[in-house]
Amino acid sequence: MSSTSSVTAIDGSAREGGINWSAVYKFSLTAIAYPLMGIAVMVALWWLGGWMIANNPDTSSFADFAPAPAFARLLDLVANGYVLEATIPSLERIGLGLLWAALLGVPVGVAIGLYAVVREVSHVPFQFLRMISPLAWMPIAVLAFETWDGAIVFLIAVAAIWPILFSTAQGVRRIDPLWFKVAKNLGADGSQMLRRIILPAIGQDIFAGVRLAVGVAWIVLVPAEYLGVTSGLGYAINDARDTLEYDTLAAMVVVIGIIGFFLDGICVSMIKRLSWHAEG
Amino acid sequence: MSTNISIDYITHTFKGADAPTLKDIELKIQPGEKIALIGRSGCGKSTLLHMLAGLLLPSEGCVRIHGHQVSKPSAKWNMMFQKASLYPWMSVRENAELGLVFAGKKDPAKIDYLMSLVGLTDKADANVQSLSGGQQQRVALARSLATSPDLLLLDEPFSALDAFTRSSLQDEVADIVSREDLTMVIVTHDIDEAVAMADRVLIMSANPGRIVGEMAVDLPFPRNRASVEFSRSREQLMNQFESLVGDADLEHSQAETVDTNKTESETTDAQKAA
Repeated sequence: MSSTSSVTAIDGSAREGGINWSAVYKFSLTAIAYPLMGIAVMVALWWLGGWMIANNPDTSSFADFAPAPAFARLLDLVANGYVLEATIPSLERIGLGLLWAALLGVPVGVAIGLYAVVREVSHVPFQFLRMISPLAWMPIAVLAFETWDGAIVFLIAVAAIWPILFSTAQGVRRIDPLWFKVAKNLGADGSQMLRRIILPAIGQDIFAGVRLAVGVAWIVLVPAEYLGVTSGLGYAINDARDTLEYDTLAAMVVVIGIIGFFLDGICVSMIKRLSWHAEG
Repeated sequence: MSTNISIDYITHTFKGADAPTLKDIELKIQPGEKIALIGRSGCGKSTLLHMLAGLLLPSEGCVRIHGHQVSKPSAKWNMMFQKASLYPWMSVRENAELGLVFAGKKDPAKIDYLMSLVGLTDKADANVQSLSGGQQQRVALARSLATSPDLLLLDEPFSALDAFTRSSLQDEVADIVSREDLTMVIVTHDIDEAVAMADRVLIMSANPGRIVGEMAVDLPFPRNRASVEFSRSREQLMNQFESLVGDADLEHSQAETVDTNKTESETTDAQKAA
């Protein structure tokens, strides 16, 4: 792959014309060739692992974990709608969990950033709670919520709230004090200060927190969906394990990775959009 | 003509400080007057300006504008700082319009006028971060003028600029202030700036901060820096400053740091209380 693109670029850079070939070369390298190389290494290692499992008499019954059967199965599962069916409930739970995390995390984060008293008082409890694995809340969540879905959303929110809260607080504390002074001088009241100054100033920090939160939430999602529910990606993984369908299991792992990758991409583009830092 | 702005025996001691930063300041400012407060670092001139803006309340005495006691900041007495402090997520125009937005009185025609007044019509939609330091201060000036303030307060607004931009902006702002018939108080430690922009210069001395002398600069705007009259005023002010304040106290540069920090933290406290 990489050799093809570099050959094109060498041909191109010798040519005269309106196109900046060295930029095209650089772009095709960083945006296409390097990621493809990374994927190639990953699949190669996976293939090697599969080959070793298949050739070991003790593990040969797990041979379906290898890339070839997994990708074949993945195509089937996409075609028959199983992937979509498993993905939608998971995305709903993630979305709700993140929404709750943001609805609680952003205001509390703003308060912590603005008021030293809130910061001091909340420090110990928040650092304590933050360190508890979200999965440790599982038994309590199951008791506290009537539905399995409620419990799962709660677990995701518990995992996702901390990065959002702390990143928001950090963002508020980094706001130039003069921005407050000038806004007050121009007659801003409390709500105008919040809407026109504080929130735009920290938009990128909030989404930097959301980005981290998506990462943790997506990790928590799978074990959380081992709980009573009969839908979602975590359920699909658990179900494939119970039914010994290792190709399905590996295919679902690929699905989880790809969706996570795109969710992260959405967060990155939101951060870029809300960033007011000068380009370059 | 009745007195527009009066400072009635202000004394101010910062929390935890032994000695007052300002002592028995008394001053009356007539409408349309352009006043420069000059003094060494730590003489409390910036503190006094913050009080005029309502960003800081004096421990004793008060500031009255049109007979009303200044108890909080208002877009009617507007301050420009050393840093332009523009909001980078807003365009030039949106920055200038902010005070009007807060008041719920958007006025595009007025902003158009101000953009041309400060010479930024063709930059109105630009990102403020793409502007030079001087241009950013022009935006800050437009923003301060948009709310039609009774009083324009300038806290060393040109001191972070290079020498050429500084002197041309001093002349330009002085010209705008005189054409718009604004009342202005500028804090500076630059004798040239005082002579270029003010028609009354007040000399402050430190420990405690107080007004020790004043001098009228009776030159028409726009002022010609190359003129004999300008040089004479400059020399006169320099001499008066030397004789009143002297070169007594170099250790006050240290006091200034403390002073500024306190001003900062007081304001933050006030902002939190709000």
